Amino acid sequence: MSGDKSKNTSFGTKILLGIRPHLMLLAALFLLMIIMSFIAPNFLTKGNMLDIMRVNSIKGIMSIGMTLILLTGGIDLSIGATFAVAGAVAASLIGGGYSDYATSNLIKLPTLIAIIIALMVSAMIGMVNGVVITKLRVEPFIATLAMMTFARGITYLYTGGYPINFKPIPDSFAWFGKGYFLDIPVPALIFIIVVLVGGFVLKYTCYGRSLYAIGGNRETAKLSGIQINKNICRAYIVMAVLSGLAGIIMTSRVASASAVAGEGYEMDVIASVVLGGTSLAGGKGTIIGTVIGIFILGVIENGLNILGIPTYFKIIIKGLIIILALGYHAFSHTSKKRKVTV
Amino acid sequence: MNENIILRMNNISKSFPGVKALQKVNFEVKQGEVHALLGENGAGKSTLLKILAGAYTKDEGEIYINGKIIENMDPKTAEELGISIIYQEFSCLPYLSVAENIFLGRQPRKSNGLIDWKKCYEDSKKLLDRVGLKVDPKTLVADLKVAEQQMVEITKALSKNAHIIVMDEPTAPLTQREIDNLFLVIKDLKKQGVSIIYVSHRLVEIKEICNRITVLRDGCYIGETEVASVTVQDMIRMMVGRNLTDMFPRSNAEIGGKMLEVDHLSTADKLKDISFHVRRGEILGIAGLVGAGRTELARAVFGADPISEGTIRMNGEVIKINSPSDAISYRMGLVPEDRKRQGLILRMNVKDNTTLASLKSFIRLGKLNLFEEEKISLTYMNKLKVVTPGIFEKVNNLSGGNQQKVVLSKWLCANCSLLIIDEPTRGIDVGAKVEIYELMNELVRGGLGIIMISSEMPELMGVCDRILVMHEGTITGELMRDKFSEETIMAFAAGQHPETEEDKNVRR
Repeated sequence: MSGDKSKNTSFGTKILLGIRPHLMLLAALFLLMIIMSFIAPNFLTKGNMLDIMRVNSIKGIMSIGMTLILLTGGIDLSIGATFAVAGAVAASLIGGGYSDYATSNLIKLPTLIAIIIALMVSAMIGMVNGVVITKLRVEPFIATLAMMTFARGITYLYTGGYPINFKPIPDSFAWFGKGYFLDIPVPALIFIIVVLVGGFVLKYTCYGRSLYAIGGNRETAKLSGIQINKNICRAYIVMAVLSGLAGIIMTSRVASASAVAGEGYEMDVIASVVLGGTSLAGGKGTIIGTVIGIFILGVIENGLNILGIPTYFKIIIKGLIIILALGYHAFSHTSKKRKVTV
Repeated sequence: MNENIILRMNNISKSFPGVKALQKVNFEVKQGEVHALLGENGAGKSTLLKILAGAYTKDEGEIYINGKIIENMDPKTAEELGISIIYQEFSCLPYLSVAENIFLGRQPRKSNGLIDWKKCYEDSKKLLDRVGLKVDPKTLVADLKVAEQQMVEITKALSKNAHIIVMDEPTAPLTQREIDNLFLVIKDLKKQGVSIIYVSHRLVEIKEICNRITVLRDGCYIGETEVASVTVQDMIRMMVGRNLTDMFPRSNAEIGGKMLEVDHLSTADKLKDISFHVRRGEILGIAGLVGAGRTELARAVFGADPISEGTIRMNGEVIKINSPSDAISYRMGLVPEDRKRQGLILRMNVKDNTTLASLKSFIRLGKLNLFEEEKISLTYMNKLKVVTPGIFEKVNNLSGGNQQKVVLSKWLCANCSLLIIDEPTRGIDVGAKVEIYELMNELVRGGLGIIMISSEMPELMGVCDRILVMHEGTITGELMRDKFSEETIMAFAAGQHPETEEDKNVRR
């Protein structure tokens, strides 16, 4: 929320001011990239960079939604399941999608309509989350934990547990996951758009400011005329739609949807958002921080892949890095707090 | 004669980057006395006490305990020397029992190393008897009333064999009856030879309970004197260098027509059949004891809590208020009693707090005009004389009085015409209080109506044009300015009819 002091600051200065609170993180990211470029010679190639962009854009899109959720002081554990639901719904409705489970082959629609339906199903999931949290006053952790199981179950029911593959995948759909626009992978492009819109919403809209206010102090926000329930509901709907979008892109990229898609994504997404400086307690966080957080984890994963480290070790190393990073975060935060105020 | 001086702090100085918090301050406490430490917020009271508790280290000066110089004061040494501080925010753990809280980390052990619960409870019982608290030591602290939790804190201090107990604003959260009880306990501790350092903004209480006072102003030592030899006015003069007569500036605003009218308002749990009105240019006070339903009334009118019956009219028109945002759309504002929990978002800066209730008015071409926001917040910051490095300072770093001004800015920025202010000056130092009163006067001169809820009688009588008195969820009395008297208000607040002479005699 560090603001620019004058109307006349140039776009460049604005970006610099926005980045300033994240210098440590950014330095960490660059350091990581330098180290990687030494251990893995082909790390810094254009191809690999674009690959990092593309791979991380999927979790990246979700992490923007998660930033909104964490700002309100909530959490959403159901995003991995929503991801799978949207992927399965889209794949089953798009021409060429085929599964051994008969119901997945019944209705075929134009790609765009199928995608819209899949996003609407996601939005419904988000709305249920929002209503359960605000109206029934269930803790977000519990409400979305229940939804995580429920939505995953629905996906199994819907697909019968069989993967939905494409024979063949229509070009109009393949474009989302595999296409390029001006040399930029389409998923990365969508991610960039989501980042820009997210940044704008948080900085320049009443809605964005309300999210900070709700997470900062719910009672104050309420007494200042902010509609708590409506705004929280909206955040969960946005979160679910973005998860659905990510699920659809993934389905297009691998040309397959399955009931196990996106398992554990919620943890990666939450980890990178928190790594980017967003507080789990709510009221504090930025989109820029989240983007840096996503790429730190992404670069580590990419580097470990290039080095050919076995999966099991990869998971362990990732876990260690998250603990170290967040531990450092919490530590530097408390030592700052100890500064004497008069 | 020096024998009974248990604590002496000589020429204590302490600087923080950019601020001289204390300059050559002297402070001494005799054994078995209640010694008030007075000063406005920021006068250096907390710094001095933190040095005593070992939380800060002094730059200069000496500390003597029982005539012995203490070179390195740290929290552990302070505890061993029998110094104990009871902060405004209690440090009890709510989901542990009373006994567990008292002996936290020092539970009596049996020979096998396990906790000796029997002894723990027995000792707790004995200590609780010393402060006259009749609760089972096995009760959870969360189930106790605030006043009882405070007693547990005092008991905890006693269990550490404290000779000097510091009490920081101990009466702020208490009702009158609880305050009376606390004073009994303090007098009793005094008899047992415990010295008490008493910090409070309520000067009348200091008159009642303390033996001597030491006054600080802007980090400097102003003086020390016997309480018996000074009046409340003298104390204020020492603290701020001005007179009580300047405390309550009068508005002389022109009182206009009725703006808010409330008829037969009730809520499910507290309020019963309440009717009143507020006029333009009027400051309407609401008096009553804690728990009389004053805050509940404010919240109900403002739409923060649901009402079960009754109508609310604004400028003659019946309006429906279901939420604070409805109330705000009718240009009402609420300055709540607990500004940190209800009035401000501490993590946000001055600007964001100022514009919080009026964000929509800053929308230009579909986006918030941050420049406009900054300009307007700056205007209010200057107008209300908020002392802060700038509008980007987090409100958490502001003093109480300045925080309150930011809350007021929020409602001025929202262009409200009826302001409900709950305890406008709680925990605010004298100088800032006057500024707040002056501001309220200026607002009513501009045609606003103000409802002011307060527990401080002089404040109500000094500032208001009319006072309503509440008792157990109903309005029991209404007084015009020429009829204001503390006794009448107290009688109404206690649910009595003050008209008969008998009742008056019962009260005083």
